[in-house]
Amino acid sequence: MFTPELALALALAIPAIGGVFVALTGSSAFERMFGAQPNVREAFTLIAGLALVANVAYLFEIAHSNPTLTLAEMVPGLSLTFTLEPLGALFAAVASGLWVINSLYSIGYMRGNNEKKQTRFYVCFCIAITAAMGVALSGNLLTLFVFYEVLTLSTFPLVTHKGDANAKRGGRIYLTILLGTSIGLLLPAVIATQFLAGSTDFVAGGLLALNDVTPLISGVLLVMFAFGIGKAALMPIHAWLPNAMVAPTPVSAFLHAVAVVKAGVFSILKVGTYIFGPGLIALAPTSEPLAWIAGISIVVASIIAMTKDNLKARLAFSTVGQLAYVTLAVMLASPLAMLGGALQIVMHAWGKITLFMTAGAIYTATGKTNVSQMKGLGHQMPWLFIAYTLGALSIIGLPPLGGAWAKMFLIQGAWESGHGILIVALIASSLLNVAYLMPLSIQGFFQPPPVEPLKKKPPMLVILPPVMTAIGILLLFFMIGPLREFLEPVFAVTHPMEVSS
Amino acid sequence: MIDFITALTPAALIHHAPALVVTVPLILSAFTAIMPSSRAAWGLCLSAALFVGWMVILLFGQLATQDVIVYAMGGWDAPMGITYRVDALNLQILALVASIGLLCVIYGYATVKDEIAKDKRPLFYSAFLICFAGLLGVTITGDAFNVFVFVEISSLATYALIAMGAERDRRALTASYNYLVLGTIGATFFVIGVGFLYMATGTLNMADMAGILAETGHTRVTQAAFAFIVVGLGLKAAMFPLHVWLPNAYATSPSFVTAFLASTATKVAFYALIRFLYAVYTPDTGFVMLSFTWVFAVVGVVGMILASVQALFQSDPRRLLAYSSVAQVGYMMLGLGLGNALGLAAALMHLVNHAIMKGALFMALGAFGLKFGISKISDLNGLGRTMPASAAAFTVAGISLIGIPLTIGFTSKWYLIIAVLERGWWWAVAAVIMSSLLALAYITRMLAAIWMENPPEHHGETVPKTRAPAMVLVPMGLLAFANVYFFFNADFIVGMAQRAASAVMGGQ
Repeated sequence: MFTPELALALALAIPAIGGVFVALTGSSAFERMFGAQPNVREAFTLIAGLALVANVAYLFEIAHSNPTLTLAEMVPGLSLTFTLEPLGALFAAVASGLWVINSLYSIGYMRGNNEKKQTRFYVCFCIAITAAMGVALSGNLLTLFVFYEVLTLSTFPLVTHKGDANAKRGGRIYLTILLGTSIGLLLPAVIATQFLAGSTDFVAGGLLALNDVTPLISGVLLVMFAFGIGKAALMPIHAWLPNAMVAPTPVSAFLHAVAVVKAGVFSILKVGTYIFGPGLIALAPTSEPLAWIAGISIVVASIIAMTKDNLKARLAFSTVGQLAYVTLAVMLASPLAMLGGALQIVMHAWGKITLFMTAGAIYTATGKTNVSQMKGLGHQMPWLFIAYTLGALSIIGLPPLGGAWAKMFLIQGAWESGHGILIVALIASSLLNVAYLMPLSIQGFFQPPPVEPLKKKPPMLVILPPVMTAIGILLLFFMIGPLREFLEPVFAVTHPMEVSS
Repeated sequence: MIDFITALTPAALIHHAPALVVTVPLILSAFTAIMPSSRAAWGLCLSAALFVGWMVILLFGQLATQDVIVYAMGGWDAPMGITYRVDALNLQILALVASIGLLCVIYGYATVKDEIAKDKRPLFYSAFLICFAGLLGVTITGDAFNVFVFVEISSLATYALIAMGAERDRRALTASYNYLVLGTIGATFFVIGVGFLYMATGTLNMADMAGILAETGHTRVTQAAFAFIVVGLGLKAAMFPLHVWLPNAYATSPSFVTAFLASTATKVAFYALIRFLYAVYTPDTGFVMLSFTWVFAVVGVVGMILASVQALFQSDPRRLLAYSSVAQVGYMMLGLGLGNALGLAAALMHLVNHAIMKGALFMALGAFGLKFGISKISDLNGLGRTMPASAAAFTVAGISLIGIPLTIGFTSKWYLIIAVLERGWWWAVAAVIMSSLLALAYITRMLAAIWMENPPEHHGETVPKTRAPAMVLVPMGLLAFANVYFFFNADFIVGMAQRAASAVMGGQ
């Protein structure tokens, strides 16, 4: 019997079971019996991915009916609970869809570069996507926190995959900052929420607002959440993200586009929507300064990105800037801005994964990592460079690409909530995006092709995935109607405080 | 399950269970000492531990139908004779000591063989049984002087057990001697306190004392007694700053002893302290309340930070974990110092949880020690590859110690912080978080060595993968698994702690 509750459970079970099969078929015992079977192993990743996409598609359909599933009740009142709601369904859809594409790409990349320990690599991916589903579908803060930490721990082996001194250093920074902020700020914030409200459930309209928590205390909590969710990479706690660039490119794509950073900003959006509620955020004295910090993050990260010649480092700082948009949207506390923030999660994911996959494909084909070395490559890999250009234009925010909508709603929201000056930051950021993203396309096509031929022909599986996501970005532009209809009820909940005042 | 075992047990055994739980291991210890082989001694030791486990299960069954079991030794009733008293508070401590004791005996089979000379093994097991019986006695007795007797019984055996580490590390002798001097001072302080109380009340039975003190009120004598008792038991519980004996003792004793002591000895002393503070004195008395805030809470907070910082700078993993234990006692002190039922429950919960995690951690260090010499953190390098099972157990327990979710360390921290918030002490929340971050730092130092460094090389070849014996893996694995299991079934430990807290707090 296929019920919504079963579908919720399956969203976590499918990648987890997939991971078990990947581990089994990649294990040394299996190898001894049947010989190394990397194709069988990867088949399990892809099967799990497709099954998850189908399952999440079903969840997406029924998102507004809010089914709930309690996985475990540790003591009465404290439980691991999953509740489906539109934001979570959206994040789950993005993460699961991109996981499949990223897995295809991983196969091409990992084999193309003869990376070691591929079984561990794919198993960690499965665990991480399970954790991402847990974050997406969590029904209370406790559950969110639990899976947030699982996500951190399961991606750690991915970040240190290369195993050299540099990777260890990056991994140590990654773990220290993410665990440190989550234990130092997020955990006390979660417990304080439990203490103030008697539960940590996500409630439409805002749990804290419904429990009449004063704006001052809410303001303190808001700061703790904003910086405690270190995955959102709000400056000045973004340092883990550029350092995590030591990882193989599929991992970078996973961190930036599929799960990790996305889980961070998604958590901020979810906490803002269901724990505080827009009304309470607007009243909290710290939302204004936090909005400014987000605005400064956007501009400063873009400027730093311009100074980086290494393509992946440049993209990393670009992510820091682009995801501060979401934090900004939450702090503006206007329904339109928050809609823009939710859309930004989707649009940025599709755009950024395209860019990262391009960087990895160039590396696989030529071994080059710096933008200045990549002149004229567009002649040798036209499809790849077209995909890159579409991704870059979407991130800049030009129609007819998906990114345009997110930026437009955000600017409207900023105007609506009376933050005209922040609009300047948003527009400045778009201009800076042009400055650091476009040179690669322009030099790629308009400079003469390099004399030496490609080191090797790039495998199909590193070219096809970015092309697929680029097409996705185009389609997303035209799907805005249904998407908006899907999300609007979330932010349209009348706020109890507004009614009473 | 409990009913089933109770049904199979003869009625006389059920009736005398409170006495047998102490006397049987005590008597068997004498026989253990004269056993011809170490295997026979171990077998006797194991049967004593199993018997104690059986008796504790019977006590669980009895306590399900009544609030308190009072057992008069030799039929002599309270003011004249010694009574044993089991209620929700000490039953959980009994269960903890019994189960940790059993797991440690199983664990000891291989490690004792490795660390203790053949002819001394029966004596070693005998000393262990005396220590075990002493700890159970402290927990179960309802008589203040009897507490002293059992404290001394267990302590004397502990000094001998620690000194047995000398075969591996000569420093065990000085560590044991240090502990002997300090432990004796502590016990003396405690017995002076009990003497004062006897002087003031004319009874040694704790329940009677409480009744008489409630009638007559407090005098200078009872206040002095309070101070003596807190210092005496505080020393045994390794409360900061009375912890100086602990790091050396833990670092040099045989791994079996370290695992056992870290999970039980300090915990039992802490329990005895709770018993005196709540059941003899009452927390609503002015000077008791004052000591809660200024001695327990404040010193606990200072201790949890300073000891964690000290842990961070240790190079020997065992000393590191020993300092971490001192810091963890700080959490319990803070919980106790809150002076409300929530805080006491949090302290008791952490007492049990910490025993589970530290037991697993020390067992894992001992397992590493079976195959490699571990005296500094870099000796842990690459153990994730050479001894994956033990390294995994160490990792799970370490994560639990930090307080990351899906482990009981998280449950502990959750309840402690909620209790602190209830009291409105924001500064203490900050201290708990600070101490957790320090724990994160010192645990990741070890985990980084285990998982991220390369295994050492021997004659130019990487050392091969190896495995601790099954008798070591099973108890260690069980404790590590308990770290996760009791997160999902937190009701067992949380419920026990809450029942215990409400039992001693009464309606307060």
